[in-house]
Amino acid sequence: MSTNAKKPANPDRRRFLTEVARGSAGCALAGMGLAWLAKEAQALPATAIRPPGALAEEAFLAACVRCGLCVRDCPYDTLTLAELGRDAAATGTPFFTARTIPCEMCDDIPCVVACPTGALDPALDVIDDADMGVAVLIDEEHCLNALGLRCDVCYRVCPLIDEAITLEQSHNARSGHHAIFMPTVHADKCTGCGKCEKSCVLPGESAIRVLPTRLARVEPAEHYRLGWENREKIVDELIDLPDRLPGPGTDNLKAPGGFEQEFKPTFSLPQGSKGQ
Amino acid sequence: MSAKTQSPVGSEAIELKGWLAAHKYLLLRRTTQLLFLALFLIGPWFGIWWVKGNLAASMTLDILPLADPLMLLQSALAGHWPEQTALVGALIVAVTYALIGGRVYCSWVCPINIVTDASHWLHDRLGLPKGWQPKANTRYFMLTAILIASAMTGTLAFELVNPITMLHRGLVFGLGFAWTFVIGIFLFDVLLARRGWCSHLCPVGAFYGLLGSKALLRVSATDRAACDDCMDCFAVCPEMHVITPALRGRSEDTPIILSRDCTNCGRCIDVCSVSVFQFTHRFDQRPSPGRTSGKSKLAHKATEAA
Ligand code: SF4
Ligand code: SF4
Ligand code: SF4
Ligand code: SF4
Ligand code: SF4
Repeated sequence: MSTNAKKPANPDRRRFLTEVARGSAGCALAGMGLAWLAKEAQALPATAIRPPGALAEEAFLAACVRCGLCVRDCPYDTLTLAELGRDAAATGTPFFTARTIPCEMCDDIPCVVACPTGALDPALDVIDDADMGVAVLIDEEHCLNALGLRCDVCYRVCPLIDEAITLEQSHNARSGHHAIFMPTVHADKCTGCGKCEKSCVLPGESAIRVLPTRLARVEPAEHYRLGWENREKIVDELIDLPDRLPGPGTDNLKAPGGFEQEFKPTFSLPQGSKGQ
Repeated sequence: MSAKTQSPVGSEAIELKGWLAAHKYLLLRRTTQLLFLALFLIGPWFGIWWVKGNLAASMTLDILPLADPLMLLQSALAGHWPEQTALVGALIVAVTYALIGGRVYCSWVCPINIVTDASHWLHDRLGLPKGWQPKANTRYFMLTAILIASAMTGTLAFELVNPITMLHRGLVFGLGFAWTFVIGIFLFDVLLARRGWCSHLCPVGAFYGLLGSKALLRVSATDRAACDDCMDCFAVCPEMHVITPALRGRSEDTPIILSRDCTNCGRCIDVCSVSVFQFTHRFDQRPSPGRTSGKSKLAHKATEAA
């Protein structure tokens, strides 16, 4: 540091440098500790659903200042702030547990209006567009409707009845002459309010539950074409491939799609070997 | 620290001015601390919703938004630009503290101050050694650390451990294990480091200190010539290093305590039996003669003895 080896470096400067070094080390340690904690706190449990309009979890954690204004302005006491050690969501952030108190889907969305930071996106102005999570019929073996009985409670309480949730009729093979009315959630319409989960008649947990979208939904299989959705031609000049018919000659190019008497396959199995 | 001259801090002031006058600012301070807490609590307790929210962000009488600028700074670094309501709220808070002294937040509002004052009281009663004393500017490293951590983790990093918001949120919204953090601070201050948290480590204090570095409201050792070296102000001040330049300065030096670390708590005014200190503004030009050199020597002795 000093050009003169004999003279000690300016003691003030040396002290300053030591101090900065020590400070930075401490600062790095403290920062690393915090970063580790932050990582830990990012695991949001599946039962904790964020309020309407909540930004995607990562953005939400950057935006929410944990003020609880959304909690205060919710007329149904739906929301709670996560407490350290008691609830697993990041400390101080708002969430609700549908089975305890679901979101009533207020038309004026007071929680979103109350949020000062935009952690609950003010662009959400129609509550039906809220995307808090997705209901999933999680236990078909106990859902009464799935068993062939008529319960329908979850279907009836849904604020978007016949849109977010429908009863899909099918034949009841067990009794032979009844129908099964399967509660079926349509994820694009379901808001994740959790009213269905709240009102499921089963004791204890509900057979239908709201899950955070990240758990309930997966990436679609883009590489498959769904015939019933893609009726148009895939390629402009569609190649007309031969239709297959039973019998020999299905790979006969002389008569595409047809059958030709004198056709001999170019390849045949060795003698004695009969199929498998 | 011999027992011979040890009369409790401020006893002279109590004798001369009376107990009430010698605790004036302490009482006022406790009153405002509790008042702020009460404003947040009458909602959940009695259904009187004048103020909603907590110290992080609040809404008063449905029109006045307030927000903690440090929270929004963390949020911005984490990658979120807050909505206007929060920005306006933070601006109001920032301007207020920039005028009256940033660390007024520490001594007049922050609920942790009651906790650390209690630890200091207990520390004194038990006559414990002052323990680990990190440099007073360690807090700026802490502040840097939490800001960097926020930027790196994309979340409000300090909010994971912030005892202030945890205590306040806990009181207003219901307490989980937040108690452990508060007790942690209490024990830290009693057993490990005297005035360790508020005066050395707290990044919130550091932030507000910086915010109020040019504050108008200041304490001044206006009558410093009258100082009789009782050292009570040093004993009572949470940031005693801020007093020396003003009190021990020469006539041409300013008697105003300009350090941003001063919390404007007014305790030095309380405990001074000869009324050296008073609240004034930063541009106060009144002349204030320094002390005679003879007295200064005495002062040095006193400092050594203490
Ligand atoms: S939409 Fe209404 S019920 Fe649902 S969380 Fe918001 S305020 Fe509460
Ligand atoms: S109002 Fe917004 S910032 Fe405050 S706790 Fe709710 S989501 Fe977070
Ligand atoms: S969560 Fe249930 S009740 Fe709410 S919209 Fe979805 S299906 Fe309907
Ligand atoms: S309320 Fe429960 S049991 Fe009844 S149909 Fe819905 S999921 Fe099944
Ligand atoms: S100098 Fe006085 S007002 Fe400032 S912190 Fe110390 S005791 Fe409080």
